[in-house]
Amino acid sequence: MIHILLSRWRQGYRTLPYPKELPALPERFRGRPLIHPERCPDGCRACAEACPTEAIAFGATGPRIDLGRCLFCPDCTEACPEGAIEYTQEHRLATRTREDLSLGPAVEYRLAAALDGELKRLFGRSLKLRVVSAGGCNGCEVDVNVLGTLAWDLGRFGIQFVASPRHADGLLLCGPVTQNMELAVRKTYDAIPGPKLVIAVGACAIAGGPYYRQEEQLGGAASVVPVDLFIPGCPPHPLTILDGLLRLLGRLEPRAGTA
Amino acid sequence: MTLVLPILRNGQRLPLREVPELPIREFREAILQRIHEGDRLACLCADFDLHLHAVLADDAGQALRALRTKLDAPRYPALTPDCPQAHLFEREIAEQTGIVPEGHPWLKPVRFHLPWTGAPDPWQRGGAPVPGAMDFYRVEGEEVHEVAVGPVHAGVIEPGHFRFQCHGERVFHLEIALGYQHRGLEKALLGGPHPLSLKQAETACGDSSIAHAWAYCRLLEGLAGVEITPRVDLVRGVALELERVANHVGDLGALSGDVGFLPTASFCGRIRGDWLNLSAEGCGSRLGRDWLRPGGLRQDLEPARAAAMRPRLDRAWMDTKDAVELLWGAASVMIRFEAAGRVDPDQAREIGLVGVAARACGLSRDVRQDHPFGPYGTRPVPVAQAESGNVHSRAWVRWLELGESAGFLSAALASLAESEADPRPRPLPPRAPEHLCISLTEGWRGEVLHLAWTDAQGRFARYKIVDPSFHNWFGLALALRGEQVSDFPLCNKSFNLSYCGHDL
Repeated sequence: MIHILLSRWRQGYRTLPYPKELPALPERFRGRPLIHPERCPDGCRACAEACPTEAIAFGATGPRIDLGRCLFCPDCTEACPEGAIEYTQEHRLATRTREDLSLGPAVEYRLAAALDGELKRLFGRSLKLRVVSAGGCNGCEVDVNVLGTLAWDLGRFGIQFVASPRHADGLLLCGPVTQNMELAVRKTYDAIPGPKLVIAVGACAIAGGPYYRQEEQLGGAASVVPVDLFIPGCPPHPLTILDGLLRLLGRLEPRAGTA
Repeated sequence: MTLVLPILRNGQRLPLREVPELPIREFREAILQRIHEGDRLACLCADFDLHLHAVLADDAGQALRALRTKLDAPRYPALTPDCPQAHLFEREIAEQTGIVPEGHPWLKPVRFHLPWTGAPDPWQRGGAPVPGAMDFYRVEGEEVHEVAVGPVHAGVIEPGHFRFQCHGERVFHLEIALGYQHRGLEKALLGGPHPLSLKQAETACGDSSIAHAWAYCRLLEGLAGVEITPRVDLVRGVALELERVANHVGDLGALSGDVGFLPTASFCGRIRGDWLNLSAEGCGSRLGRDWLRPGGLRQDLEPARAAAMRPRLDRAWMDTKDAVELLWGAASVMIRFEAAGRVDPDQAREIGLVGVAARACGLSRDVRQDHPFGPYGTRPVPVAQAESGNVHSRAWVRWLELGESAGFLSAALASLAESEADPRPRPLPPRAPEHLCISLTEGWRGEVLHLAWTDAQGRFARYKIVDPSFHNWFGLALALRGEQVSDFPLCNKSFNLSYCGHDL
């Protein structure tokens, strides 16, 4: 017993002060990309050609990145001769619609808006989620799981992962939804009492990720169930996932988390 | 008569025409004889042209041997009755290519898809297979009951279906049906390397990104005949050991959580994050994504960065020691760990266990020692072992490995801090056409095997991945025999196998 107490004293209090303060992110962290269209040489398409998931398209204002497809790999930044795309430390990425994930140079990126009305009243201070991995590689799964550790302490926000869909307010999905998981995803969704939410975590759950060309998968959660929150990344950083969840619940009012 | 098979080292290439092609009878005999002499069946697979390929690992002799056979018809006498290690490989062959191993005692689907080649479905299911729909082994009797769990489990974990045949609490038999995570990975790699191939290797099993990415890189480097500089190898070693430590710490925490010992469980949950954040310091990703690339690294550990990581490493290791040592002094933990999930060492050898689960049964199997790659030839890491084959042994092996990896990391970072970073790697030269290459790494679960041979243009004519989980799931089924159903979570966690690594 004395050893346990001594360890407890040595290990100290380690829950992160988030959302009051942002935890330090590593220098090489690849967060939301920043596009400098003015640096693009005429007719250059090097980034779009290098992108392994065809996430980059060219419009009138220069390159646009579909963050739903983006794996946050350095292929485009390495391919660009002028540094027209760079990764920033911005961890906030979650959106309410698939279209909002399209990141352009001119318009502001529309982060997820909070629930309102009845849904806000029901879930704002208590959200129970059933997590289903449907072809996920265990990358998103482990970074979702991490939110339950004492460092992030998800419970203090009233969010909890539960064992039964019957106890859940919503479904958190990882993975591209394999053909072999389609039925299980549908059944789990149907077993959750309404009104219910669906949260798609990671590039696979949004658009199929590295497997988007494979016929063994369906191209993400939205192919099977309606999605209320998209959290991009491969996998998203736990901070990005938590930011998305809190943003959806209206727990991050404009001030908070904008350090 | 003894047949002399050419010896291949880990990561070397061999012209396909030099891979001995034997008649099926001699192919079987050669495999059975070498297995009898102590080799392991590291891989058995088929191509789309009625060839079977086998890889035998002679761990003591640091040698790999490849052989193949050409069948006349899509059937052959199964190896499994004489060589249980072939069990899942032969089921996979039937499912992928429609070649039927006749006399296989347990011929069931593995991933629930139709043969790639359009060959007739060995199970004649008529249409798209339904996952989990197969002929399960059943114990009959008035007091016998069946417990079915999954595919969706009560936790943040991947899907799989488990069927227990029970008498009261006692488990007679556990059958595991997977395949729910099947994304068509091996098929996606055909004709490659494609722009997404490296990403797909990294996500073959996303908690072992480095182990799989490294195996993939070494395979391409082997096919291209390129030597990697020692400094690059050392950085890769740092990446792999960080991955090992983070996962072992997480597993020890989860094991203590499963026996209700919360101090270690909650400390380790956080400390695992400290180790993951060290990986992120190296490459920006906590899971080591985009760290390696064929021919070198995507992101180097420059001397200043390596030096800055050392004090963080020391702190994380001190916290880890403090948290994990509590376990071994807690009687409530020890009695649960020691009483659950024993796998007999002889059975472990017979079914071909690898990695932590094998070492916990006293088998000295570790690719870093047996088929050294990267920095492990010059910086050997002692093989951690335990004897009893139970949950305690699997936890203890992880603990010993934590110590060895921490030592390796400390020394490696010290020498990286003193050597200049390499200039960016040049693109790889073309891959040799019609060559075979086998690349093994030791991930935190065990042996990761990537195997490919190229066509006349140097593209992948076949790409085979064997995750350690593929060898080890059957070990979990054996560990449950005679145990209580209620001990399943503990036994399962002590193996902590991958679903997607198995399902691909």
